[in-house]
Amino acid sequence: MFAIFTWLADWLAYGVLRLESGTPLGEAVHFFIEDVTKIFFLLAVIIYLMGLMRALISPERVRKIVAGRSRLVSYPLASLLGSITPFCSCSSVPLFIGFLEAGIPLGVTMAFLITSPMINQVAVVVLAAAVGWKVAVLYVATGMLVGMLGGLVIETFKLEKWVEEYVWKIHMGEVAVQTVGTSFKARATFAWGEVKDIVGRIWKYVLIGVGLGAALHGFVPQSFFTTYASSSNPFAVPLAVIIGIPLYSNATGVIPIVEALMSKGVPIGTVLALMMSVAAISLPEMIILRKVLKPQLIATFTGILFVAFIAVGFLFNFMLA
Amino acid sequence: MKHFKVLGSGCKNCENTASMIEKKAAELGIEAKVEKVTDMATIMGYGVMSTPGVVVDEKLVHAGGVPSIDAIADWLKDEGCCSGSASSSSGGCC
Repeated sequence: MFAIFTWLADWLAYGVLRLESGTPLGEAVHFFIEDVTKIFFLLAVIIYLMGLMRALISPERVRKIVAGRSRLVSYPLASLLGSITPFCSCSSVPLFIGFLEAGIPLGVTMAFLITSPMINQVAVVVLAAAVGWKVAVLYVATGMLVGMLGGLVIETFKLEKWVEEYVWKIHMGEVAVQTVGTSFKARATFAWGEVKDIVGRIWKYVLIGVGLGAALHGFVPQSFFTTYASSSNPFAVPLAVIIGIPLYSNATGVIPIVEALMSKGVPIGTVLALMMSVAAISLPEMIILRKVLKPQLIATFTGILFVAFIAVGFLFNFMLA
Repeated sequence: MKHFKVLGSGCKNCENTASMIEKKAAELGIEAKVEKVTDMATIMGYGVMSTPGVVVDEKLVHAGGVPSIDAIADWLKDEGCCSGSASSSSGGCC
């Protein structure tokens, strides 16, 4: 299905630009063309389709669905909805307050907030197209698990005291407005607007990701990775996670790097741990969350994710070696 | 005169929404005051979780994205009051 993008890259890199297959530059340019065209195509198509269905899964609706459920239901539900609900990090503050105000426990709210940036439909499809469905399914399953566990830990230690006091005092008005019109025309306009907005917001992360991926693919020899990033190096996984934490990128932007690293034989656990830590938490995200969380909770939250991603990395390196 | 409030934490799309309303008002020759509300408690008080949201004369008419230019024109022209019915968004939550 995606052969057309390989063919396009073949034609442009080797035909039009007359680069030679197998040379570092030829390989890098080929990788760049193939991934840029494939990812932007998938981005546009999936965001459009999601936009058409947007009215079904707005954050307001999620809040209603999750509120008042038992924990046995609300944790899996929150992380599942986190992975399918589009929301951008700048809405995380009102979303966080809105969830708590509806009586949703802090742990469940955090499960939603952890899962949401890590998993989304675009990233899953692009990941599957790049490295296969098996890895994509594994990524989704562990991402949701990490979200639930992170939330449960926060709940177990009763960290509500580290939420800013004013948050508990806010009372939300009745949620009255439907965010998207229901007619097909309104939804189509909305969906197209979403494509323009999201692509406009993340294209630079995708280009940087593809650029880095192409450079790794073309210019860094495989022996470099087998020496420094093989599963026999116990520091590879923690290092990948540490590098990923402050970095901010959209989940989709990390995928070309995932693709390049995997093709160079870097073990899957190390690569998934890197992807999760880049997507899940970043400095900008921490600064936004600081409006509602005290520094202690941000530090704890980051610490929990750090440990969880390292565990994910080692587990998969061990299981799938 | 119509009093608009744009609800949002001060992101780019909220700025865009505010300037779209100002521009459209000038274009239609309708007097309108546009105010940006960034205080979280006030925003949540209107029941808004996804920003930007738009309030016209204390009535929430829109949330969850940059509104379409047609919707803005409707709010500006509407004499009685907006029923609070669904307004279509052209995407772009912030």
